[in-house]
Amino acid sequence: MEYLIGIQGPDFVLVAADNVAASSIIQMKHDYDKMFKLSEKILLLCVGEAGDTVQFAEYIQKNVQLYKMRNGYELSPTAAANFTRKNLADYLRSRTPYHVNLLLAGYDEAEGPGLFYMDYLSSLAKAPFAAHGYGAFLTLSILDRYYRPDLSRDDAVDLLKKCVEELSKRFILNLPSFTVRLIDKDGIHDMEKLTLSGEMSGFWFWF
Amino acid sequence: MALEDLCHFRDIFQEDITTERFSINLLHFYIPEVEYLDESPIQFAFPLPTNLPFTSSQTVPLPFPMAHGTTTLAFMFQGGVLAAADTRSSCSGLVACPASQKILPIHSHLVGTTSGTSADCMLWKRILARELRLYQLRHSRRLSTRGAAKLLSHMLHPFKGTELCVAATLCGWDGGELEDECHDHEESAGTTKTQKPDLGMTVGPSQGSSFTPQDSSRKARLSGPRLFYVCSDGTRLEGMLFSVGSGSPYAYSILDQGVRWGLTVEEATSVAREAVYRATHRDAYSGNFVDVFHITSKGWTRRKREDLKEEYYREKERQRLERKTQHDILRANTSIYSQCLAMPS
Repeated sequence: MEYLIGIQGPDFVLVAADNVAASSIIQMKHDYDKMFKLSEKILLLCVGEAGDTVQFAEYIQKNVQLYKMRNGYELSPTAAANFTRKNLADYLRSRTPYHVNLLLAGYDEAEGPGLFYMDYLSSLAKAPFAAHGYGAFLTLSILDRYYRPDLSRDDAVDLLKKCVEELSKRFILNLPSFTVRLIDKDGIHDMEKLTLSGEMSGFWFWF
Repeated sequence: MALEDLCHFRDIFQEDITTERFSINLLHFYIPEVEYLDESPIQFAFPLPTNLPFTSSQTVPLPFPMAHGTTTLAFMFQGGVLAAADTRSSCSGLVACPASQKILPIHSHLVGTTSGTSADCMLWKRILARELRLYQLRHSRRLSTRGAAKLLSHMLHPFKGTELCVAATLCGWDGGELEDECHDHEESAGTTKTQKPDLGMTVGPSQGSSFTPQDSSRKARLSGPRLFYVCSDGTRLEGMLFSVGSGSPYAYSILDQGVRWGLTVEEATSVAREAVYRATHRDAYSGNFVDVFHITSKGWTRRKREDLKEEYYREKERQRLERKTQHDILRANTSIYSQCLAMPS
């Protein structure tokens, strides 16, 4: 039901998430932000079971900030991803496992851009592009076909638009809008929200 | 947990809570522990099926099947926050109480609608009221609605996966009590949106207060109406319109058409009443009366409870009169027509 996507370029990472917060069959919020800012250049996108997402993501977020306070410098995306995976793994065989699927996107001065795919069984993979949710079944092959490692930013946004169009065409659920952000050496940039064209999706931003 | 080590959190929690109930330790608030659910006061012969996904905690068979039937709604508009709810407490097919109260005031400027298990909602509302009152006494200002929502959500988190079911919307009016400068950073620490933390901001009262000129605008932004949805499964959402309960889909359809920011108080009340009325008409587990609460900067006010049975009969009467007048018009038209036909050309 929820959808996350990330595309890594030569010097940037583009990420997008849908904006629906649902409870059984009802959309409770149409403008919900599923991205958590871990540091100036790292974003954590988190979907999964209702309370687990926010609890786990906030826990990781506060611990990354604590690391910065204690040591004076920020965790790199690789280190943050491994820290996140370790926490997922520790809780996996406890009484209260966290059922969350994550994408961690970041830019490091030394390593460049990085996109990390993690799932609720605490697997971790660095990938050039990744997606979570039922929408991933529909869009991964588009990414396979059109992705190139030397994608420009506009190309990446076009590729993202192709994926979103495919979702609006074939996905059974209504995902009217998507938050889009881009991470590069200058930090995290908010980009224009992707909405379904021709629909009254603007009306719902009141509530 | 790294933060846990820093705050020595686990040391505090390992003390025996029942004997330390009167401890003045700030982090030490009494909440019922999850383990009490292992002892069921009434043991029945049949175990209830538990097919809750993703839970590995033990669930205890309920003494009787509980139902979560209700219609509650709340929305923000230019005149504050309006909350409305029905008053039927059902229990697996019978109406246990036709006149229960589902909107519980927590303090003068905060009201919570309850949905789920009535007993759980009432208990946790009282615990929340107690904690908010303690906060107010300790810090000489009210905790914001966002802080109250976060507090409730974190108090309910240990019970995730158990049969506890609380789905509340907290409707409040913040602000008006920021007397001291030094309270601002607590307010900002409590109200910073979790998705986008401002890492430049200080965290916690021990940090120095280095405030920029935009604090006054932040003060203005921090006051005003607020609406939060908190659920025992961990969901915590801020929004402008929520409806919770088995009757909520029916209420949503009326609210989505009628609610705008620019409504007057009377219009908003009538939309809320109508939404609850339609939901009670269609949903078997909602009904009887409707309560409406209105929260403004001066506090909450409560409208007199209305019987929806009367509303139903009034609507039937209106429809009957409409049909009668339409029928009369039709008869008058056909008689004129037949007269025209009968006239010699």
